[in-house]
Amino acid sequence: MPKRTDIQSVLVIGSGPIVIGQAAEFDYSGTQACRVLKSEGLRVILVNSNPATIMTDPEIADATYVEPITPEFVEKIIAKERPDALLPTLGGQTALNTAISLHQAGTLEKYGVELIGANVEAINKGEDRDLFKEVVEEVNRKIGHGESARSVICHSMDDVLAGVEELGGYPVVVRPSFTMGGAGSGFAHDEDELRRIAGQGLTLSPTTEVLLEESILGWKEYELELMRDKNDNVVVVCSIENFDPMGVHTGDSITVAPAMTLTDREYQTLRDVGIAVIREVGVDTGGCNIQFAVNPEDGRVIVIEMNPRVSRSSALASKATGFPIAKIAARLAVGYTLDEIPNDITEKTPASFEPSLDYVVVKVPRFAFEKFPAADATLTTTMKSVGEAMAIGRNFPEALQKALRSLEKKGSQFDFAGEPGDKAALLEKSQVPTDGRINTVMQAIRAGATPQEVFDATKIDPWFVDQLFLVKEIADEIAGADKLGPEILAEAKRYGFSDAQIAAVRGLREDVVREVRHALGVRPVYKTVDTCAAEFAAKTPYFYSSYDEESEVAPREKPAVIILGSGPNRIGQGIEFDYSCVHASFALSDAGYETVMVNCNPETVSTDYDTSDRLYFEPLTLEDVLEIVHAETQAGPVAGVIVQLGGQTPLGLAQALKDNGVPIVGTSPEAIDLAEERGAFGRVLTEAGLPAPKYGTAFSFDEAKRIAAEIGYPVMVRPSYVLGGRGMEIVYDEPSLGEYLERHAGLISEHPVLIDRFLDDAIEIDVDALYDGHELYLGGVMEHIEEAGIHSGDSACALPPITLGGYDIKRLRASTEAIAKGVGVRGLINIQFAMAGDILYVLEANPRASRTVPFTSKATAVPLAKAAARISLGATVAELRAEGLLPKTGDGGTLPLDAPISVKEAVMPWSRFRDVHGRGVDTVLGPEMRSTGEVMGIDSVFGTAYAKSQAGAYGALPTKGRAFVSVANRDKRSMIFPARELVAHGFELLATSGTAEVLRRNGINATVVRKQSEGEGPNGEKTIVQLIHAGEVDLIVNTPYGTGGRLDGYDIRTAAVARSVPCLTTVQALAAAVQGIEAMNRGDVGVRSLQEHAEHLTAARD
Amino acid sequence: MTTSTRGSSSQRNKALPAVLVLEDGRTFSGRAYGAVGETFGEAVFSTGMTGYQETLTDPSYHRQVVVMTAPHIGNTGVNDEDPESQRIWVAGYVVRDPARIPSNWRSVRSLDEELTTQGVVGISGVDTRALTRHLRERGAMRVGIFSGDALPDAGTMLAKVRQAPEMKGADLSTQVATKEAYVVPAIGEKKFTVAAVDLGIKGMTPHRMAERGIEVHVLPATATVEDVYAVNPDGVFFSNGPGDPATADHPVSVMRGVLERKTPLFGICFGNQILGRALGFGTYKLKYGHRGINQPVQDRTTGKVEVTAHNHGFAVDAPLDKVSDTPFGRAEVSHVCLNDNVVEGLHLLDQPAFSVQYHPEAAAGPHDAAYLFDRFVSLMEGQRA
Repeated sequence: MPKRTDIQSVLVIGSGPIVIGQAAEFDYSGTQACRVLKSEGLRVILVNSNPATIMTDPEIADATYVEPITPEFVEKIIAKERPDALLPTLGGQTALNTAISLHQAGTLEKYGVELIGANVEAINKGEDRDLFKEVVEEVNRKIGHGESARSVICHSMDDVLAGVEELGGYPVVVRPSFTMGGAGSGFAHDEDELRRIAGQGLTLSPTTEVLLEESILGWKEYELELMRDKNDNVVVVCSIENFDPMGVHTGDSITVAPAMTLTDREYQTLRDVGIAVIREVGVDTGGCNIQFAVNPEDGRVIVIEMNPRVSRSSALASKATGFPIAKIAARLAVGYTLDEIPNDITEKTPASFEPSLDYVVVKVPRFAFEKFPAADATLTTTMKSVGEAMAIGRNFPEALQKALRSLEKKGSQFDFAGEPGDKAALLEKSQVPTDGRINTVMQAIRAGATPQEVFDATKIDPWFVDQLFLVKEIADEIAGADKLGPEILAEAKRYGFSDAQIAAVRGLREDVVREVRHALGVRPVYKTVDTCAAEFAAKTPYFYSSYDEESEVAPREKPAVIILGSGPNRIGQGIEFDYSCVHASFALSDAGYETVMVNCNPETVSTDYDTSDRLYFEPLTLEDVLEIVHAETQAGPVAGVIVQLGGQTPLGLAQALKDNGVPIVGTSPEAIDLAEERGAFGRVLTEAGLPAPKYGTAFSFDEAKRIAAEIGYPVMVRPSYVLGGRGMEIVYDEPSLGEYLERHAGLISEHPVLIDRFLDDAIEIDVDALYDGHELYLGGVMEHIEEAGIHSGDSACALPPITLGGYDIKRLRASTEAIAKGVGVRGLINIQFAMAGDILYVLEANPRASRTVPFTSKATAVPLAKAAARISLGATVAELRAEGLLPKTGDGGTLPLDAPISVKEAVMPWSRFRDVHGRGVDTVLGPEMRSTGEVMGIDSVFGTAYAKSQAGAYGALPTKGRAFVSVANRDKRSMIFPARELVAHGFELLATSGTAEVLRRNGINATVVRKQSEGEGPNGEKTIVQLIHAGEVDLIVNTPYGTGGRLDGYDIRTAAVARSVPCLTTVQALAAAVQGIEAMNRGDVGVRSLQEHAEHLTAARD
Repeated sequence: MTTSTRGSSSQRNKALPAVLVLEDGRTFSGRAYGAVGETFGEAVFSTGMTGYQETLTDPSYHRQVVVMTAPHIGNTGVNDEDPESQRIWVAGYVVRDPARIPSNWRSVRSLDEELTTQGVVGISGVDTRALTRHLRERGAMRVGIFSGDALPDAGTMLAKVRQAPEMKGADLSTQVATKEAYVVPAIGEKKFTVAAVDLGIKGMTPHRMAERGIEVHVLPATATVEDVYAVNPDGVFFSNGPGDPATADHPVSVMRGVLERKTPLFGICFGNQILGRALGFGTYKLKYGHRGINQPVQDRTTGKVEVTAHNHGFAVDAPLDKVSDTPFGRAEVSHVCLNDNVVEGLHLLDQPAFSVQYHPEAAAGPHDAAYLFDRFVSLMEGQRA
């Protein structure tokens, strides 16, 4: 029975901004789903506040609402669009929670919207711990397998001690009942610990109750990805085994597909339990993910949890198997059954089967602890990674080593040169799961650890441990070989060694190893991911490399363009770059090229086999890219390689690729270098007559001191060649400069340190532009809301700029053109300016797609990345205008007066991190980028757009209540007007004594509250931090002090994060927020789709 | 078809070269795995990612050289619970990356040791995907594996492969079936007696019946109709097994005898082909067969899809879209493989008999089709009522 005919329109909810635990994978799944639904002839209505997504491209859905994903805003959209159905399972937890709220509020019923893909009861059964426990018990009754972790409820220490006996001994997990955020829970390994933790837990618990649970730390961890259709057909798409045993969040674990260490009987037990769970929970149609722990001693199976929706794991499973879970889930939701849906890859077999893999997939997480030095880097059951890389190989070592080098992080590859260190110390270190533990384990093996010792320290399955030994033995063989002959090279490659690793072991240069290897004809072949282990012919060229016999790359006729993606998501390089790569692929395909995508990030749209004509799921290293270029050159003509859209990753390869004879299209590597290299860029500016803030490049501490003194403090210091402001800091005096250089010791020796004048109080401006060698197309001008000195990626901005006039735009345009011309840009360029007084300084220029390209494109309804890709291959701005890809006249600098205002706001991951003492990390913005994602608010006026951006990022701004204000001295003056406005809107102001005094002198009443350092008052008056924790504060304005360490507000800001109270840390944000509050109080904040905005804009342009 | 030297240690084997030679002349080189020597058979590939122990001991693989598409084989070692028969039946074993150590709480020895002890010649380090693609495009064909220090020259090897017998026309079930009848007692209360004709039966099949209160009398492939009825069966079962169904005249005539008496009848795999022949349908050899544990089969009576375990190189040629008249009343195709529309099951509309081409006992494989044993039980219940 095919598609339902009673559904004509469907609302899809996206997942909002990228945050840790909910990232680009939902753009991949949402995009797939929207395309499928649209191709089924349904009207697709989409809401997602994240502009950096492909799914919010206007052509993906029929009506795209870049609006906050809150029940209030979604209700407005429902009221306006009146969809027949709501599909909530493709936008992560955000979409699921929003759908549940809409259901509970009666909104869905009121507008007659049917929830499809999951029902409320199933969602609750999957999400609620207690209900899920009952599900597992029922499953066990029915099939005799599967259980939850055993537990006992205790009300006294005697109960607790008896409970341990009942659970079979230590360790046990203690969970006090009804405490906030799991406070007081912990592991007890012996009676002393138990008495301490459980004693405290019994006290903390308002019901004097603790739950004692058996510990499953160190057990084997597995996941199954399942799909069910309305006829109750269920298939297991993929099994995933965690390399790291239980205790590490699966998002932070190295994971392997398919499962490697299960017999068929054990695997079928998991499958039976999984299917019974999906039935018992009652997932109507669609995908779900179930996690299991298996006791390595006896095979006992514990069902940990299930997610009744597509997830990060399902995206991984889709990429790992070629079975597109989200796409199929969307089809199932509108009434198809699995057997009615064809398998895309074979085209002639149905989707009602279980993929069989003839390769191994390894995923490794990418962390960003370097951005949060205060955060505890121990891996726990709370996810902390910001991205991941996946690799495919014909065996586990090959896949693992490819995955590790895909991380593009210093030290992520196994290092076989140099001294490994002390065995005992390494083994002890490897007991604690951390980022890079696998490298520690490898060093322990090199230092002489036995397999048993490694297992005892880590509980990593002995089979995996043996594979690490195998890798180490191969390294020894490489080191011991008389010469680099074809056998040893082939053997090394078979187990995933990179040329760089071989070079390090042999004490050679990487390019020498490559030359020898090529001379000996040792080159990779490319195999196809085909869902069926070659049982049927595959129609989809989805490739991975392996050192095996037979290659499957077919010859082609059309010229190919190879697009290099951006690798694993990390802070500073995320989904925005994937967006540009995907656009390039679409645009070049339309222009008649064969598009070839190279990337290793499973969360992305670019690695969907549907996106480009060919997909190479490969690491983005010089070696891997050169081999792909070679393979494609043999397959047919190659027009060139695009490096300017995937961020720093491909850009970093540009020169070396060119040196190896690879044609780079667009801006040349030399031009890229010209912009990156300070001295050369300075000359470009001088020639163009453009001022840059005073700066200098230091190769030593003395030099740094001298330059800083010359420029005058405060100065901004940073290492050269970085993205995302890594290591960038504002230093206010010489001692701080000394400290900085000490902390980044090693930095100076490798790269020089850049020292810039810090422009206090300047307005920062971002410009995205296209240049074809003759004509400039100003894509958009963004005015930052925070002052200069806060990383542009962390700063909110408005487009069109809200305070710049025509004269300013004219100057910006002229400067941009001069730089684009001077550098030699062919494609996109992003320039950061600072306006201080009346002087327009050039801060930096990046001749590549920037983080803001998707935002600019959406705000101005012009696909800049598509245009950039075309210009790279020779099209001119004039031609693109004629074609209609760019507007016929005008550009992003000449937007009509009534153009909508778009505000971009950054989303920070503060709540994810704790220091080693369990306290939150400070939330102050600085020159080092730390945001993980962004949202966009769009409306006809700034206030409303800003309010929407805040609602999308952090939850709605309050429109009344109590606002706490505490600002640095320099901000006191500019605080007065917005504070007065807050009072006018009915807010009660709270302030610390100093700020309150200033307010009162200006005729604004403020209640004085106690500082945290003052402690509770004699009559129990609460401190501000206590008030925040008590939920008695609705808005916090706390600007850190410009000098003197930025530490005073730490407790206030971390409390705000803990309680999710909106917290503004700049006075500019306060001013913007006041406008937002005003807009909301005026009432009637409307919603408007991007298509409507675009129509309006286009009409105004003509 | 295997000659081998036993007991060589796996460590030493690692260094020994091995060659795989297909009858069309394509060769793959690798390293010796398991026993060293030479072996011949029909090259087939299996796409199961788990269950190598069950595969190796499945009698239906007699005289076949099995290529595993999953690269890592042997990770969970060998235990004494999972084999499907008393010995390894495959004629040769082709893998890419054999495990160096086993890891599983039930493992008692390594697969390498087991292969060596049982004299099974294998080869490792082969581009199994290239080989699989070759077999997919050219069809199953004869193959030889040669390992050891002194390999024959290429021409000799190829000649030897071409001298090996073909699968088409091979009558093999008597070679693998039990010589003596034996009884698998019912688990719990005994409800029924079934005579199971062993054409290469797997251990899990009588077990699945025993779980349902059936006492299973497993009879040799040579059993006559009289032998079958000597056990007073409530139902008769025909098992899976190796070889070409076109040669299975004896089992076909026994099945006709059972059909004439309208005793509830259930057949699996080879048993399905025998039912097909008993009803007057032909059988044919598939290009490269179905071997794996992920095959989508639709039960046409319910419309539901089950993911099933397959191991068959032949299939029944029966019309998919109509009811056929047979000497035993109307028959129709009950199950079909959704990948390629191959007949996967037959049932009679006028008397209690049905069969499937795949493996509901599922060892290895998913348990989706276990309901077929319940269906057999209800046929027997129906007959009683």
